Amino acid sequence: MPTVPLRKMQKDQSGTITAVKVGGELGRRIRDMGIVPGTRITIMGRAPLFDPVAIRIMGGTLTLRNSEADYIEVEVA
Amino acid sequence: MSTPITIALAGNPNAGKTTLFNTLTGARQHVGNYPGVTVEKKAGAYTFASGEEATIIDLPGTYSLTAYSVEEVVARDYLVQEKPDVVVNITDASNLERNLYLSTQFLELGVPMIIALNMIDVAQDRGISLDAQRLSALLKVPVVPIIARSGKGTAELMAAALELAQKNAPWDPLYISYGEDVDLALQTMAQRITTAGFMTDSYAPRWLALKYLEGDSQIREKGRRADPVVDGELQEIVTKVGEHLLKTMETYPEAIIADHRYGYIKSVLRQEVITHKFDIDRLHASDRIDKVLTNRFMGPLIMLAVLLGLYKFTFTYSQLPVAWFAVFFDWLSGNLNTLLPDGHLKSMLISGVIHGMGGVLGFVPLIMFMFFGIAILEDSGYLARVAFMMDRVFRIFGLHGSSVMAYIVSGGIAGGCAVPGVMAARTLRSPRERLATLLTVSFMNCGAKLPVLALLTATFFSRSQAQLMFLLTLLAWLVALTAAKILRLTVLRGESTPFVMELPPYRFPTFRGLLIHTWERTWQYIKKAGTTILTISILIWAMMTFPGLPQSEEENFARQRQEVAASSAQTTDDQQLKEQLAAIDTAQAGSTLRHSLAGRIGTAMETVSWLPGFDWRTNIALVGGFAAKEVIVTTLGTAYSLGETDPESNATLSETLAKDPHWNPVVALALIVFVMFYAPCFVTVVCISKESGSWKWGLFSICFNTAFAFLLATLVYQGGRLLGLAG
Repeated sequence: MPTVPLRKMQKDQSGTITAVKVGGELGRRIRDMGIVPGTRITIMGRAPLFDPVAIRIMGGTLTLRNSEADYIEVEVA
Repeated sequence: MSTPITIALAGNPNAGKTTLFNTLTGARQHVGNYPGVTVEKKAGAYTFASGEEATIIDLPGTYSLTAYSVEEVVARDYLVQEKPDVVVNITDASNLERNLYLSTQFLELGVPMIIALNMIDVAQDRGISLDAQRLSALLKVPVVPIIARSGKGTAELMAAALELAQKNAPWDPLYISYGEDVDLALQTMAQRITTAGFMTDSYAPRWLALKYLEGDSQIREKGRRADPVVDGELQEIVTKVGEHLLKTMETYPEAIIADHRYGYIKSVLRQEVITHKFDIDRLHASDRIDKVLTNRFMGPLIMLAVLLGLYKFTFTYSQLPVAWFAVFFDWLSGNLNTLLPDGHLKSMLISGVIHGMGGVLGFVPLIMFMFFGIAILEDSGYLARVAFMMDRVFRIFGLHGSSVMAYIVSGGIAGGCAVPGVMAARTLRSPRERLATLLTVSFMNCGAKLPVLALLTATFFSRSQAQLMFLLTLLAWLVALTAAKILRLTVLRGESTPFVMELPPYRFPTFRGLLIHTWERTWQYIKKAGTTILTISILIWAMMTFPGLPQSEEENFARQRQEVAASSAQTTDDQQLKEQLAAIDTAQAGSTLRHSLAGRIGTAMETVSWLPGFDWRTNIALVGGFAAKEVIVTTLGTAYSLGETDPESNATLSETLAKDPHWNPVVALALIVFVMFYAPCFVTVVCISKESGSWKWGLFSICFNTAFAFLLATLVYQGGRLLGLAG
């Protein structure tokens, strides 16, 4: 299975998070919101200027900036 | 009668916490602030069926209990220090897994807790069925399904809360295993904490150790102050575990902790607590709406229409109540005018007190309408989409997607008002971005600046007035955003706050919720701004009145009046007499103004104001404009001894300026630029101070804006003169 950074994923593509490679406040915030390894993720869409990105996770929708999505790796399936 | 029990409502934002709070307490609520921060503290009263009383505290919505923003700190400090009898943890049943992350942290803290599974109807519609009893048995806390909107299940919830409170059981922290490395570190740290008695009167040792491992900045700071030696030792353990984890597993302690918490939640939910009838990724109604509303092409267009609608709604529909207030205050000052004898008391009551009160209350309908509009956007979930769509643009300037609202309301579409604009910045959660927004929204062309701009453009640029006004609106945006960028690169320097946020499902706002929302925010404005604004208003009045004309001058004007009256005794032309007397009155008003403190300041300022080309008359008007920008035109009229000048029809002032040799298009343009960007009116300054929590920022906005405007106006004037445009 290929692993790609979240930034590179296409709209409507799904996968499973394999790694969140950031610590500190941002890392904690990302995990607080449910973005942790082993969780299913689907790209819902992107804002008009392709950034931020909206994702579906644990039944809810979250948004994050591409610069933040860079830390998240997903195994696309 | 025993003392009422305290129940704290806690939960994720968008889980329906406020709705439950409103359902439980109705109108019996009290809004205040937590000491030192701008987070609202809401408390309400609840009476049980059995007659017992409870105080309900609505804690700020958070995703976690580890310090991230003020909300987390406030919620946690409340729980640890005030020790409520029960925490009602409200969760979104359709999004339970993530919501339980916070619940797990309450369990780890050990506070007596009940879980409310809110919006159980929405969850059912989505094909999610939950076994509340099973969840309750596994977590060892009561679990009650409710629908906060309709009040279904809330009686059972509160009965369970009462029962738990009456048990008065000691706090019973849950210990989750975080894997060998972290557990070992936790154990060592907890032992060290216990033997040293390190902050143990406030926190449980293991919990404290956990916060150290999570890198909680607030707890660490407290620890450093409490005992730097123990703090150092604990930090050393944290660093060692951190290095070890990074080397062996390429991960961080806080990541391990979060992963294990989610692991714990998953293990609970997997035991037949939750079953999904449909695919979990199935598109819900809300997602279908999003396909249109956040569509790459349609989305921005719809957003523009919505924001335009909010703007129209705020400024068009509030016109009538604003006019009522104006009529009322006119009536009041009219009555006082006839009742009281001429003199300083009358002048102070009318120009200081009534105008000041009118200044505060005149904004109330505007603020109410705007907050109502924003409450609709906020409660329905649309505001988060606006932030989502605008973020890329606003981030360039160091701002946040949500900033757009504040700018639009302040006059991003010419004719807004910075006071509701400043209040609109409340929807921003990131502190630096919020402050940058607060400090720059006043650059927009608010409704009060328009008469000044209209007067000057009509007088000096009559052929291209419309184009120029449009250009000035664009200029306001350009300057505001640039200033925000400058602030974010200097005084508000720092990483942008993570944007990660929720796009909550669209919901129909409840009318009651909207009303409560609108009223409590409006009332806070009246309460906070009211007293300060009255004081400053009287001060400004005094500045423009004292010191009065010297005796000799007063006598001089009195003699002129007598002469006119005497000479007209022969003629019978009443009209002529009135005109002559009025001319003397306005001449006297003009000299009084020049003689007053404001006038002296204006005259003294000529030593620098020649740079942007302003004379003392303009300076006085600008000083007066600090009270309210619409005063600029009136004061300019008085300074030119034109008597009462109606800001709406200022033909005489326009003619006077056009003829005056001092004035030319370059001076006019410099003044336009200055008026647009100099110190915000003091109502705005008061609001900035109250909203930022410090007078420092109010003062900063006065100085920064004025310096900035001065620089720009000087550039325009001197540049224009060099190019030989000053005719």
